[in-house]
Amino acid sequence: MSTTSATVARPVALQGPIRWLKKNLVGTWYNALLTVLGGAFTFFVLRGVLRWVFLVADWAPVANSLKLFAVGQYPPDQLWRVGAIVFMVSFCFGLSGCVWGGTVRTFALTLALVFGTSALLPISMGLSLRLWFLANPVLVFIGYQVGRTRIGKSGWVVLGWLLSLVLTIVLLTGFKGVSWLPGVETGSWGGLLLTFLLALVGIVASFPIGVLLALGRQSSLPVLKAFCVLFIEIVRGVPLVTILFMASIILPLFLPEGFRIDRVLRAMMGMTLFAAAYMAENVRGGLQAISLGQVEAAKAVGLNRFHTMALIVLPQALRLVIPAIVGQFIALFMDTTLAVIVGLLELLAVGRAVLEINVEWKLLNMEVYIFIAAVFWVFNYAMSYASRRLETTLGVGQR
Amino acid sequence: MTEDNATHSFTEDMIICRDVHKWFDDFHVLRGVSLTVKRQEVIVICGPSGSGKSTFIRTINRLEEHQQGDIIVDGIELTHDIRNIEAIRREVGMVFQQFNLFPHLPVLQNVTLAPIWARKWPKAQAEETAMQLLERVGIPEQAHKYPAQLSGGQQQRVAIARALAMQPKIMLFDEPTSALDPEMIKEVLDVMRELAHSGMTMIVVTHEMGFAKEVANRIVFFETGNIVEQNRPEEFFAHPREERTKEFLSQILTH
Repeated sequence: MSTTSATVARPVALQGPIRWLKKNLVGTWYNALLTVLGGAFTFFVLRGVLRWVFLVADWAPVANSLKLFAVGQYPPDQLWRVGAIVFMVSFCFGLSGCVWGGTVRTFALTLALVFGTSALLPISMGLSLRLWFLANPVLVFIGYQVGRTRIGKSGWVVLGWLLSLVLTIVLLTGFKGVSWLPGVETGSWGGLLLTFLLALVGIVASFPIGVLLALGRQSSLPVLKAFCVLFIEIVRGVPLVTILFMASIILPLFLPEGFRIDRVLRAMMGMTLFAAAYMAENVRGGLQAISLGQVEAAKAVGLNRFHTMALIVLPQALRLVIPAIVGQFIALFMDTTLAVIVGLLELLAVGRAVLEINVEWKLLNMEVYIFIAAVFWVFNYAMSYASRRLETTLGVGQR
Repeated sequence: MTEDNATHSFTEDMIICRDVHKWFDDFHVLRGVSLTVKRQEVIVICGPSGSGKSTFIRTINRLEEHQQGDIIVDGIELTHDIRNIEAIRREVGMVFQQFNLFPHLPVLQNVTLAPIWARKWPKAQAEETAMQLLERVGIPEQAHKYPAQLSGGQQQRVAIARALAMQPKIMLFDEPTSALDPEMIKEVLDVMRELAHSGMTMIVVTHEMGFAKEVANRIVFFETGNIVEQNRPEEFFAHPREERTKEFLSQILTH
């Protein structure tokens, strides 16, 4: 293949940010007009917002109730357990960041940064709290260093996370009668701690169940298929509120005397099953998009049905539906607010309760709700960002 | 091992098809096809589109199910028993018109996937064999690229390497060059020619008559669901017996 001898260099004049600004913002008269109008609008809105946030708003209900927002009514003398759990999470993030790199490392760094700056905030907090905040970036760093040793393999990291999950449950619930780890009623879990727990269990459990439902729905075994279709259509057809309501009120009527399912467990089960049904349909959409040629090629090369599904079809199908699945996760995170139906005080319910504490605070609902919205937004954006990075890593849309 | 394709005597029956019928709903696509393919024979199947030739070779590895008749591949009868089907699929490799490479895996993993999971080979052995095959088809340097980054001819050669990785006894080709442009057709046909000369039993559905003349031991002409005529290439092109064969040849050899 011959190359032309005279290669033409790309004209530099068309590149560069200044050129872009000139071309797109003030190129024509209507562009310039829109720029001015847009700029003025942005300026006034920003000024209004910033003035309200820093000068007008009274953040007393938020600032004074941070502990309630964070962990609800968890007994204050047992909060060291929540602190220990966060230590474990920081360590695991450091470890994962080293072994898996990329987005995970960004998250670990962000976590360390957020905790570090929180330690230095000029608001009043006890010395132990400041030290706790500072200890977390240190743990992230330690985790990172451990990742560089021989333990730094994917298998160990996954094991570490699973162990953390188990320890979290153990630490949070405790045991009746043990003096140094007394039992804590799950009813007193609340705030962001509870929201995280419900969302995490819901997300992690609904994904595999959803995939299995989707595969079962397209199975050739009639009973399995019928069950999956029925489950999906019934669960999708009723509001989450109804499912939680049924789990909370109707389910105990069917259970034998004295046998009670824990409230948090009820909420988790309801949310998991609800999300699994939606997940199943998302995954089914992805499965349908895989061309038959892929399955034929897999068959022709001697792979059995299980291998075809696990190695060829599912990896491609799941890549395609990452946006839909992550959207589902984000919706689930926000649906945890409905746990109040089951009598649990998650983040939003704590917000409403905080407003009742003080007569003066009753008028400050804007501050409280905006704070809650901001907290939700931060975590939802983190999930959204992670999913975009995941898509880039997997080469979605490029291969 | 080279052989003169006109006078080699073949002994073992690799594929025996007896009176194979297939219907797609009410459409009778295969109407009693009987064909025997011997070890190391290279068969080229040609015919007008819609004649059932692709459907026929797809019944051999059960990508299509035949409703009547017998198919016996390497001594294993093709029935509803999934173990027979899987055993046959391990011995029969297939190359598709649309390549059907696995886009989410690099080229090397495309080739090693089946030996690792279906034949339970250790990874190192599978990768060594895969690199040898990629060299054999002429593209060892592409091993770590993704299929989307390769040209059509390179992708089809990877598909051939992938099929060969399972060390099949029979290779089926379903119009392997129909989706390629002329420059790339040659590179793929070269690989197929080398494969034929190395002694592989092959059934090739193609319109490439030059390839057929050069490499095939037997040319089979298919029309409306059955074999109209089959013969050695020289005889087939020089002295076609049936009217329909003559008509077909006049159409394809003069455009």
